[in-house]
Amino acid sequence: MSESKLDLLQGTLDVMVLQTLEAMGALHGYGIARRIEQVSANEVLLNQGTIYASLVRLQQRGWIAARWGTSDNNRKAKFYSITRAGRKQLARDAAYWGRLANLMGRVLALESNGGEQ
Amino acid sequence: MKYFFQEFFNRVRSFFRDAPLDQELNEEMAAHLEMAVEENMRRGMPEEEARRQALIQFGGGQQARELHREARGLPWLDVLMQDLRFTFRTLKRDAGFAILAVLILAFGIGANVVVFSVVNTILLRPLPFRDSQQLVRIVEKKADSGESGRTYTADATQDFQQQNHSLQSVSGYFAFTGPDNFKFTGTGQPVPATGLLVAEGFFESLGVEPAAGRLFRREEFVHHAQPAALLSYPFWKRRFGGDTGVIGRTVDLSDKVDLNNTSVTVVGVLPEAFDFGSVFSPGAKIDLFVPYIMDDFRDDGNDLALVGRLKPGVSIAQAQSEADLLFPQFYFEHKHPEYGKPYTGQLTGLKEYVSGKLRRSLIVLWCAVGLILLIVCVNLSNLLLARAAARRKEFAMRSALGAKRGRIVRQLLTESLVLAVAGAVLGLVLAFAILAYLAHQGSIVLPLLSMVRIDGAALAWTLLVAVGAPVLFGVAPALRMSTGNLQEALKDGGHGASEGKSHDRVRSTLVITEIALACVLLVGAGLLLRSFLRVLDVDLGFEPSRAAAVSIDYDDGGNPAQRAAIWQDVVRRTSAIPGVESAGISDNLPMSRNRSWGIAAKGERKPKDSDFVGVFVYIVSPGYLKAMGMRLLQGRDIGWDDLINNRSVVVINESVADKLWPGKDPIGRHAMAGGMESEVIGVIADVRESSAEDSGGAQMFLPATKQFSPEGSFLVVRSTLPAASLAISVMRTLREINPGQSATEFRPVQGLVDRATSPRRFFLLLVGAFAGLGLLLASLGIYGVITYSVTRQTQEIGIRMALGATQTRVLLDVVGKTLLLALIGIAIGVITAFAVARLIASLLFRTAPTDPLTFVGMMVLLGVVALLAGYLPARRASKIDPMVALRTD
Repeated sequence: MSESKLDLLQGTLDVMVLQTLEAMGALHGYGIARRIEQVSANEVLLNQGTIYASLVRLQQRGWIAARWGTSDNNRKAKFYSITRAGRKQLARDAAYWGRLANLMGRVLALESNGGEQ
Repeated sequence: MKYFFQEFFNRVRSFFRDAPLDQELNEEMAAHLEMAVEENMRRGMPEEEARRQALIQFGGGQQARELHREARGLPWLDVLMQDLRFTFRTLKRDAGFAILAVLILAFGIGANVVVFSVVNTILLRPLPFRDSQQLVRIVEKKADSGESGRTYTADATQDFQQQNHSLQSVSGYFAFTGPDNFKFTGTGQPVPATGLLVAEGFFESLGVEPAAGRLFRREEFVHHAQPAALLSYPFWKRRFGGDTGVIGRTVDLSDKVDLNNTSVTVVGVLPEAFDFGSVFSPGAKIDLFVPYIMDDFRDDGNDLALVGRLKPGVSIAQAQSEADLLFPQFYFEHKHPEYGKPYTGQLTGLKEYVSGKLRRSLIVLWCAVGLILLIVCVNLSNLLLARAAARRKEFAMRSALGAKRGRIVRQLLTESLVLAVAGAVLGLVLAFAILAYLAHQGSIVLPLLSMVRIDGAALAWTLLVAVGAPVLFGVAPALRMSTGNLQEALKDGGHGASEGKSHDRVRSTLVITEIALACVLLVGAGLLLRSFLRVLDVDLGFEPSRAAAVSIDYDDGGNPAQRAAIWQDVVRRTSAIPGVESAGISDNLPMSRNRSWGIAAKGERKPKDSDFVGVFVYIVSPGYLKAMGMRLLQGRDIGWDDLINNRSVVVINESVADKLWPGKDPIGRHAMAGGMESEVIGVIADVRESSAEDSGGAQMFLPATKQFSPEGSFLVVRSTLPAASLAISVMRTLREINPGQSATEFRPVQGLVDRATSPRRFFLLLVGAFAGLGLLLASLGIYGVITYSVTRQTQEIGIRMALGATQTRVLLDVVGKTLLLALIGIAIGVITAFAVARLIASLLFRTAPTDPLTFVGMMVLLGVVALLAGYLPARRASKIDPMVALRTD
């Protein structure tokens, strides 16, 4: 796994974006992309450009809001922030991913035990 | 799920804001890159490297934009728009093809919408009454063509009303109403008007509510009631400009029978949607309605046409079994039980009664128009295949560049769909115009036709056709184009012999199909045409062509002697007008209404009921027979003496003479006619009284005397003058005699005949038009295929000519190929037509469904047209210059 980067599962990028905004407050696209790369310690195969499709989708669903502003170094950029509906959605998604990860872990553990007997 | 709608809404919104959103995204991405470059430089990279790394991290800009668009907009619509844009571009490049295709489709779809609307109005849509499936029409079981066999006396009607348990209500109307039977004086000049007597509860039974005012009340149906009238909506608009103030006013209404001037109160106006004529008596325009007072008609015999409404939950069969028990118990007249109980009753759903007879004709029409659509589709398929051949390289190139097969088929179907939609829109416009014309055609006597219009069902049908047709004609070429050998196509082929052959075969099959379909249509139309000509050939027994009729008014104070004097004056003075050959008066015109009385031979014993023959009655003046062009076979015409002296004489027709005194000379014999003993003074040739297609019925002509009062009067004038100039001089004369003569229409008698044959003409016209269209399309198909194959074989022909083939030889080869296609098509078509013709046998008149003349004629016609269509490209082929042909590619 350490050699090749993780391919993102369908829908995972949306959750990462939501979580990033929840944790960091308002951010521009570049900031979000960088943040995700940092957290994943460059394990994720992310074309930064694809983040904008995710952002517009979340925005259209009403989970994040966007406004134009200026960045730290005085550059005009679009800033995104999570909405209340977005927080609720994030809670649902987090619960879902938690359960899924838990389940996958159990299932995979079960298989290796069975093989030994 | 809430976000789903929000997202959809936003997607739609984004779809329309493509450009600004792209702009915004570009700015955002630019900012993103700049920030990345800055960060990289801060980490110590040189600017160039920093920018390179930033771009790598960002990934494909174009891909990001595509993803963004897909995430925010309506991607499938984007693709569709793309296809549409591309389609419009290609079609514009090939405008000739596009225009031709759209026109062909417009004709096909327009014809389909028209016929569907007519079928929908007459057959499918329920009658425009509340719960119309409950309505029934009640007639005698063995109803002959005469209206008397479809009507009942006032007594029988009342018996049925009181004794039945299966109908909510039974009502009816007076069935023997002639046109212009009233003189109406509302505002200004008196005008002739057609008034219908309706029994109590008629409108309530139908569920008709007045548009203004009220319906008749119970007390208006009793003897000596205060006279009341309801106006029809168009009459109210025409005469009173739609003024509701007329309700409650009195108007003068004089009955043409007894000429009593009566003050009648207008109590209401019927709704616009209620068109009595179109449902009950096609072609009739009823202006006003007055109560039918049972007590006034007790002695008048059968005159009520009955309409009933079933109780909820009662079936027609149940009501019928009750009627079977009841009707035989009803007396003809309570006062005269000796007249017997002659009745039976047949209940038929009103809808079935009105349009049942037309079902077959309409279905045939529907099939014919379906055939047209098929031919249109085959034709377009052919056109598209020709285009496909020309575009093979283009599509091979696109597939080589990675376009998937589905994508190419989709593109081609989009093209078909665009053509079909354009065709449908144009077709709808066409249909709209035709239907508007048909609906206002008083001269076509078809029930419900005045209500025809494009409604939701017709639009749905159009949509179905417009979407179905391209699938039919577009799929085959599309599939064909998207497959095939890429390499073959990309090589500058066009001469690939094997591919070309199979291609040719498909197109030839299509053309053969077209010819066969057109052949079926042509034979059908030919048979209908033959029938129609046979109908026109029928000896009507009178000569309608130069006669015209006008309704006349006069005041004789109810005195027969004075009436005779007025009539004589009118006839004498009209006959004196230059150009008039003869004139006469009758209270009835052929083919316009029905009235039958009885006649029996008077021998030693008193004639029994069964001795009487039902005859059609005309009450006439001298000269009427001559003015109508009827032929007197024996004896003499009625004379003025007969009228003045109240002589009981009668002129009968051949049918009556044959029935009463077979093989004997009827002149001078005595008969009981209309309840009077009369002497037979003349015999005339049979006259078709209600339509050219019925057998000539029994008829008699009685002088207008004290015994027989005419019901209205029509002056018939035979003249060599054109109707327009005749009308002026005749009207002037009539005004001189009676200044109160109403301004009335001068009607050519030919018009009456035309009206009677109009349903047949209507069907013939439509089927004929379809057949013509089919022929045109088929010849277009032949032309296309032959032209294409000639173009493809230019080189080959060039070689042959270089090797010594003559021009004639080449010409004959091409024509021979055409002929082969045509012959196969015609053979298949004729066999199909043989089978189909049997199905329309009942629509034919004195024409066998296998009529050899029609079959041969249509085969020759189709063959000649096919040859012509093939000859043009053949000639072009023969003019090929071998040098030029061999040099070009």
